[in-house]
Amino acid sequence: MTEKNIVTAIHDTLHEEMASDERVVVLGEDVGARGGVFRITQGFLDEFGESRVIDTPLAEGGIVGVAVGMALHGLIPIAEIEFADFIHPAFDQIVSEVARMRYRTNGDYGLPLVIRTPWGGGVHGALYHSQSIEAFFAHVPGLKVVAPATPYDASGMLRSAIRDPDPVLFLEHKRTYRLIIGDVPDEPFTVPIGPADVKREGEDLTVVAYGLMLHVCLEAAERLQAERGASAEVVDLRTISPLDKDTILASTRKTGKALVVYEDNRTYGAGAEIVATIAEEAMFDLDAPIVRIGGPDVPAMGFATNLEHAFLPDTDRVFEAMSRLVSF
Amino acid sequence: MATRVSSTDTSHEALGLSPDDLLAMYRTMVTARILDEAAFRLNRQGKAPFVVPVSGHEGCQVGTAWALERGRDIWLPYYRDVAVVLVAGMTPYEIFLGLFAKADDPCSGGRQMPNHWSSSRLGIISHSSPIGTQIPHAAGAAYAARYRGEDAVAGCWFGEGATSEGAWHEGLNFAGVHRLPVVFVCENNHYAISVSQRKQMASENVTDRAAGYGMPGVVVDGNDVLACYGAMKRAVERARAGEGPTLIEAKTYRFFPHTSDDDDRTYRSREEVEEAKHHDPLVEFERYLVQHGVIDEPLVEALTAEVKADVDHQVDEAWSAADPDPSTLLRHVFAETE
Repeated sequence: MTEKNIVTAIHDTLHEEMASDERVVVLGEDVGARGGVFRITQGFLDEFGESRVIDTPLAEGGIVGVAVGMALHGLIPIAEIEFADFIHPAFDQIVSEVARMRYRTNGDYGLPLVIRTPWGGGVHGALYHSQSIEAFFAHVPGLKVVAPATPYDASGMLRSAIRDPDPVLFLEHKRTYRLIIGDVPDEPFTVPIGPADVKREGEDLTVVAYGLMLHVCLEAAERLQAERGASAEVVDLRTISPLDKDTILASTRKTGKALVVYEDNRTYGAGAEIVATIAEEAMFDLDAPIVRIGGPDVPAMGFATNLEHAFLPDTDRVFEAMSRLVSF
Repeated sequence: MATRVSSTDTSHEALGLSPDDLLAMYRTMVTARILDEAAFRLNRQGKAPFVVPVSGHEGCQVGTAWALERGRDIWLPYYRDVAVVLVAGMTPYEIFLGLFAKADDPCSGGRQMPNHWSSSRLGIISHSSPIGTQIPHAAGAAYAARYRGEDAVAGCWFGEGATSEGAWHEGLNFAGVHRLPVVFVCENNHYAISVSQRKQMASENVTDRAAGYGMPGVVVDGNDVLACYGAMKRAVERARAGEGPTLIEAKTYRFFPHTSDDDDRTYRSREEVEEAKHHDPLVEFERYLVQHGVIDEPLVEALTAEVKADVDHQVDEAWSAADPDPSTLLRHVFAETE
């Protein structure tokens, strides 16, 4: 085991996969000489060369489109979209091409490719460096959408994504990149795409979250324990799509109460699907109405520190919601 | 790198084509034409809900496709490319399986509309309906081929309307930057459904843009199958030699509406269509072949009758093939494990 932050965990995993499989190439804006704006591919250009570490023209649709062609002809491309906020020009390629290739060819062609992109707020990213984009893509069958929140999960799930025969949108929360530190095994390991993970066991309520919000919820759960003597079970979704209903429902049935927390705009966000799943399948196991916390329905968080804070759900808000649920 | 009008000697001898090659090319063009007739007949009979015609494009399609090699090269056709996929090895039977949306349709098992070509066996890469999306795929596949040490060339076909799409620019730009082994073929029939070229672009030639992508642009008479072959042959040789991509623009005309659901009387005069038919690539090639003693009138009649009978037979076979099982609707969203 080595203690790493998420940037290092992703860097090291990518490095290992590239070193062990020549089919793996990375492409995107600034991934070469610059080593990525978040330094994920630092040193790759020197080690693996220009043919495997491709600084692309500045065109996100082209990056994904080129990666599709590569994947159809024997490579395993890892396309980086510099910020999730810039992924929208590639929406057509991802939705119409990437997600549908296997289905539309009746299984004749598969697309083993990974699209990595930093997402989320809390870094003074304002309107166009803070967005949550998972809901757009989680709606699309044929695409796996993951959002690991720890160095261990980021490493294990990235390895799974690279080895997956199907396309994976790999979301890396920017605020967690250097904030979250944890142990990562020194030998290659995988964390499966699909299963959620109970990051904290508890009895009194279930909290479902992912990305930065996982850590906000874990912090709030500690405070709940300390101040109210109540225990929250915190489920880290990890994979947004396909959704691990079993883990969410099992936990909810155990505690009888559910709180869903996400930083995306509340309406039609991924949390809505989680809430609907609980409402449809665990209604009679509930002791309280399901509570949902999301970002407000405004276009984005502001650049000003106080505007950003006003947007993002924080420990206080989550703690208060937990407290109300516990005493319901 | 300026636009160049293809002007090399396009006699078949100069191009290295034997009389047998010419006959095979001619037969493919005739087959494509007859497939159109059959498809529209089936459409009127209510058996084929949607038809995308090829008539008028047989010359540029057979000519360009003939310069690629089955089992070696990569094919990225678009929906009008009936003759391209015939050259790539798809049979009329397989094309009709797609027209009837049958279970064994090699392109999609009856999932996509007809003419959305795909076959990993033949090296034909699947495409969708949004226009121009396959252009960056061609660049990526060509990149992968070179990376893997293959000498494959990717051929990528599209209409002039596709050249307005961002994906088209992005694909050509990437191919140019990396000098990839890919040939982009624009079948310019001057209409994107109803929108004329005048409203589509400010330039006279699509190839005027080639210089911006660091590749040669070659204009060719799309109704001259041998000229198209010559232009493509040089482009493929160039690509295989590591000299990079080429943009070919074949000026041609579509004789029928965009699809069976279109009415081209709303945007093209009948006089214009009739005038275009005076430059029918099939008739022009026939004339060439007669002049060079490759065919004569009786042979044309016999060959046409034979192809018609063969196509009719394959239509019947395809019509009686099994429909997809509705229980397969949920399959192949992701890879299936044992």
